[in-house]
Amino acid sequence: MTRWTPDPTFYPSPGQAATAPPEKLAYVAAFDRSARRPDAIVVLDTDPDSPDYGRVVGWTDLPHTGDELHHFGWNACSSALCPTAPHPHVERRYLIVPGLRSSRVHVFDTQPDPRRPRLTKVIEADELADRAGYSRPHTVHCGPDGIYLSALGGADGRDGPGGIAVLDHTTFDVRGRWEADRGPQHLAYDFWWHLNHDVLVTSEWGTPSMIEDGIVGELLLGRRYGHALHFWDLATRRHVQRVDLGDQYQMPLELRPAHDPTRTYGFVGVVVSVEDLSASVWLWHREVGGDGWAVTRVIDIPAEPADPADLPDLLKPFGAVPPLVTDIDLSVDDRFLYVSCWGTGELRQYDVSDPFHPVLTGSVRLGGIVARTAHPAAPDEPLAGGPQMVEVSRDGRRVYVSNSLYGAWDDQFYPDGVGAWLAKLDVPTDDGGLVPDPRFFPRGEEFRGLRVHQTRLQGGDASSDSYCFP
Amino acid sequence: MTGAAWATLVALGAFHGLNPAMGWLFAVARGLQERSRAALLGSLPPVALGHLASVAVVAALVSATRSVTASTVVTVVGGLLLVGFGLWRLLSARHFRWAGMRLSAAQLAGWSFLMSSAHGAGLMLLPVLLTDPVGDAGGHVGHPAGGSAGALVGDAAVGALPGLAAAGVHTVAMFGTALLVAVLVYEVLGVGVLRRAWFNVDRLWAGVLVAAGLVTLLRA
Repeated sequence: MTRWTPDPTFYPSPGQAATAPPEKLAYVAAFDRSARRPDAIVVLDTDPDSPDYGRVVGWTDLPHTGDELHHFGWNACSSALCPTAPHPHVERRYLIVPGLRSSRVHVFDTQPDPRRPRLTKVIEADELADRAGYSRPHTVHCGPDGIYLSALGGADGRDGPGGIAVLDHTTFDVRGRWEADRGPQHLAYDFWWHLNHDVLVTSEWGTPSMIEDGIVGELLLGRRYGHALHFWDLATRRHVQRVDLGDQYQMPLELRPAHDPTRTYGFVGVVVSVEDLSASVWLWHREVGGDGWAVTRVIDIPAEPADPADLPDLLKPFGAVPPLVTDIDLSVDDRFLYVSCWGTGELRQYDVSDPFHPVLTGSVRLGGIVARTAHPAAPDEPLAGGPQMVEVSRDGRRVYVSNSLYGAWDDQFYPDGVGAWLAKLDVPTDDGGLVPDPRFFPRGEEFRGLRVHQTRLQGGDASSDSYCFP
Repeated sequence: MTGAAWATLVALGAFHGLNPAMGWLFAVARGLQERSRAALLGSLPPVALGHLASVAVVAALVSATRSVTASTVVTVVGGLLLVGFGLWRLLSARHFRWAGMRLSAAQLAGWSFLMSSAHGAGLMLLPVLLTDPVGDAGGHVGHPAGGSAGALVGDAAVGALPGLAAAGVHTVAMFGTALLVAVLVYEVLGVGVLRRAWFNVDRLWAGVLVAAGLVTLLRA
């Protein structure tokens, strides 16, 4: 049923969203790598005044095993206020939770008890395949005319192309394939948009056969993973331009466009350069003096030399730890960019007020393939994994990081076990900085043997909402 | 048409103009996006034109039909249509779907036509048009029964005039209200006001459609 007044978590502009009250709960996707027990949506208490602060306060198992939960998103967000097809009286209430391995999409209702999400619908892999021609669903964004869901694989045994499916806003039925003309695009991963400019952007990882059994060394050194961005017309659903980063820059993954709807730039993280194992962050922007799109590399993070004896088999020949930038996140005010270095175990904060010239303003080390840096709250526990999925509160003051990348890849880079932990970092000043919160460090047994991936904050966060008003 | 009927048409126009979904919000968004009040002001005429087209189609059809057929039949059919559409709007949770923000003036008028039609804006005028006594707008009432087909078409064309006049008056009121609200929000209030003041007029509207249909049926 619709509301009489707009959902209070919808904001017309990013500036207003930044004034939103702090989140009281966080939802985390947790999965069992062995696929013996069900994956789960885990609820964390993020209210510092609560006796359960920093602890697991809710747990909802999935109905099956082996889904491999990964990313997920809300049924509706601030884009519901967009003027072309407004529907501001729906509720931000349902979590759309894809199983990256099973291709099942789950819908959880976070009402009436937000600590106990209830499963209300399962879209079976067959429905996604029959109606949209896709499998391995990944990113979820609440769009103006439906819920957009990217997928890495094709249907009916086809490895690709991957692409985007559209779900109905109300029934969550799969309405179909989004693309009217995909041009040269074959590989898929993330997507987001510049709504007011009718622009959609997609990035590239690999097809299911390239990722599901682990990263394939020959493919990587052969530069066969994705290395391009695609720009689309959001209104006509047609491919407009492919921008190649250069094939040494393997795997441009997370896309973070400016929240300000008048701007037309965004950031994408590249996992690794096969030339020197460095990682990088790129800016996409309009071509100078043209209508097309261009990319500029704005951040380089070098590999760190290491004793081969300390490295997993995959990395021994190189004698270095790659930073592996696997996630990035842009604060709602477009001021700070957070960059996860999952290999070296570091979260970096850059001031990107001038997007072409980021300035490093903060860094926290946790875990890492060699460093195994402990959390200040548990200085005697060396940590495996590193800051990976990063989520930022709407006011930009709190940053949450979880430590698993993707089941098969965790096992290659952290062969002695990646463990499970989730940390909260505080941003102490308007000018940045990053400080681990000693009271917030759920880990290990609290997650009952499951690994933790994406976090979503109650009411919305820096990567959940799009805005149509500056 | 009576003074009360005209007043009702104006009031309904104001109601449509007030609804953010009907176009003023789109105009504000374009103004903010371009940082230009001219972009806002330039967006409203196409919106009003699309609204006029949507409303005029229904209004002209109704008044033309009434000028050549037994008015009770038209009234009953119109009433049933209203109740049916209102109930559908009330019970269906689906919203108007559209992706694309960068529209030409013609596309904007087309968007407004579709948006108004999807909301049944023209149907809203039915109770006023259907309770208006036939022929008072100077139609060819004196034609002998069993006139030629050509005369019938002529009757219908002239009969459509009061409907078009009604749609015009309604749209002027809609345009004036939308202009006022858009400028007020753009210059003074800011879009933050949406979070508190955007009352679910769609649901209210659906209820009003049902009620208007019932009233029309009772008076048929």
